[in-house]
Amino acid sequence: MNLHEYQSKKLFFDHGIPVLDGGIASSPDEAKSAAENLQGNIWVVKAQVHAGGRGKAGGVKIAKSIAEVQERASEMLGTHLITKQTDDNGLPVNQVYIESGTSIQSEYYLSLLVDRTKESWTYIASKEGGVDIEAVAEESPEKIINYTIDPLKGLELSHLNEMADRMGFIDDVHSQFVSITEKMFEIAKNKDANLIEVNPLILDDHDQLIALDAKISIESNALFRQEALLTYKDSSQENELEVKASEHDLSYVSLDGNIACMVNGAGLAMATMDLIKLHGGEPANFLDVGGGATTDRVKMAIDIIMENPNVDAILINIFGGIVRCDIIAKGITEAVKSTAIDIPIVVRLQGTNVELGTRILEESGMKIISANDLTDAAIKVVTSVKEKT
Amino acid sequence: MSILVNQETRILCQGITGSQGSFHAAQCIEYGSNIVAGVTPGKGGSTHLDVPVFNSVAEAKAAVEIDVSMIFVPAKFAADAMKSAIESEVGLIVCITEGVPVQDMIEVKAMLNGSDSILLGPNCPGIITPEETKIGIMPGFIHQKGSIGIISRSGTLTYEAVHQTSICGLGQSTCIGIGGDPIKGLNFIECLSLFEEDPATEGIIMVGEIGGSDEEKAAEFIKKNITKPVVAYVAGVSAPPGKRMGHAGAIVTGNEGTASSKYRALNDAGVKTTDSPALIGEIMKDLINQ
Repeated sequence: MNLHEYQSKKLFFDHGIPVLDGGIASSPDEAKSAAENLQGNIWVVKAQVHAGGRGKAGGVKIAKSIAEVQERASEMLGTHLITKQTDDNGLPVNQVYIESGTSIQSEYYLSLLVDRTKESWTYIASKEGGVDIEAVAEESPEKIINYTIDPLKGLELSHLNEMADRMGFIDDVHSQFVSITEKMFEIAKNKDANLIEVNPLILDDHDQLIALDAKISIESNALFRQEALLTYKDSSQENELEVKASEHDLSYVSLDGNIACMVNGAGLAMATMDLIKLHGGEPANFLDVGGGATTDRVKMAIDIIMENPNVDAILINIFGGIVRCDIIAKGITEAVKSTAIDIPIVVRLQGTNVELGTRILEESGMKIISANDLTDAAIKVVTSVKEKT
Repeated sequence: MSILVNQETRILCQGITGSQGSFHAAQCIEYGSNIVAGVTPGKGGSTHLDVPVFNSVAEAKAAVEIDVSMIFVPAKFAADAMKSAIESEVGLIVCITEGVPVQDMIEVKAMLNGSDSILLGPNCPGIITPEETKIGIMPGFIHQKGSIGIISRSGTLTYEAVHQTSICGLGQSTCIGIGGDPIKGLNFIECLSLFEEDPATEGIIMVGEIGGSDEEKAAEFIKKNITKPVVAYVAGVSAPPGKRMGHAGAIVTGNEGTASSKYRALNDAGVKTTDSPALIGEIMKDLINQ
């Protein structure tokens, strides 16, 4: 679960990581009062979306008067921000964060993440801040400073000190840096964060390190013990169908093509998409109905698939293991009956009670195209779409 | 022969009285698996599925000989279940549970290093040696005793590979679902090495997917250490970057974890790869018959 910048900064503030004063606003008026509550005579208006690259996309604007804050806020609110990390539709800007301006001496990069390769937490720091860190890692890996925590030893101060040394920090700034890194680990532990990123971390004219941006991602599987964070969930930043699917425990990802698929198992669902593509088609989605593909779940899955207006055909691919094919077949026929689908449906069943399942589909009198195997299914669904157009 | 498990393997089921544990343990017993005990805290002293139930792994281990623990407890308790099995020095721990927080897995893995236990999973279908023992949730009847070792990050895609090797007459020595989580127990390399040493295994099928770099590491290992024919398929060529495709670990982040990078590494290592999940069995048959 991704958090907005203002939510991440709230956690930073609560844990003692320095951030600038700011206020959240959902309307230009709120933006005005937020700015009035802040010191200084320069403000930054920042679009709150779950994507990086906001600055270049016009989602971060400087304002030199309260009136200008209001103006910038009204320009951003209600629009969709398209950054290099979003799709072509962008993400809705429902809130803007108004922050005090600051002087900037230099910019750095700092993050702490769950590192799947090292099977622990890794810090990444660089003197190159405010830029795409992956590009830095690729072009000049020597500019990247890493420290992977030994999970048996826990956080070791000596390593944090060494990171601060390598960042070139001395005296007070050195201790500020170490303190920030320590507090990041506290957040990682307390909040089950998978990623805490500060890009940029800045040094202002008074030699204070400040988190100018903040991005936190919380482990979805740990939300059962992070109830307080559930209010931070912002479904408006996610695909509507993906949200609906997840509410029904279905795993769905929207794609650009026109051939929908419904499959049991994540790997087989990906493989089905791959096969559609291999045979010249374009998948419209990833959908895993899971092991317990009951009639209700199949129905819900078909409902969600059909809400995507681009869908011209459906491929249902089920490997019946514990779940019997005849149960799946019944679910499919009932779902098709109740939703009045008029596009081609290709079904490939395999596994337990496959003969019975196939017979149920054939005898249903519905326009269901049966396929013998994976390849046959992919070819049939791709052909059905081509015939239609 | 087989790897890791056979008909002699004595199995403990953690979470045996829960709905998932109960259902699948019954299926395993029906397949012929030797389930000797169960664990459910608070239900010690009772009997379930005709096997004794204990309050803890330690209690069970003190009373019965155990080789493997199969875990079905809910995600929020799964890490503790794995830890208690490690503490009790269970040889092989098979965790089926999906949705274990990755932070918990960091702790479990740290504890596992230096212990005598091997972990399979979590978020995996388990392990089966056909016609001998089934420890997990895979449909037993699609398997056939034979000569192919299967290692896979996906459940149903494993069944696909199993089905294909069964219908083309090769059968399987042992099939291992290593699971779809980013931090997990057994990985491709350990399984490849076990299959290389197993005289009953003539060929190895590897089913990978997007995310992480396990397939790349496996490719490197195969190049140096594996003499048996390997066929590989990697799911997710068509998956968009930045999107989690069902499994917690199936995500392309930045330039890392793409199917094309994995295919490149596997091809470089001399692995016979296929871009069609429907051809895995046939390709293996051709390789074996060469």
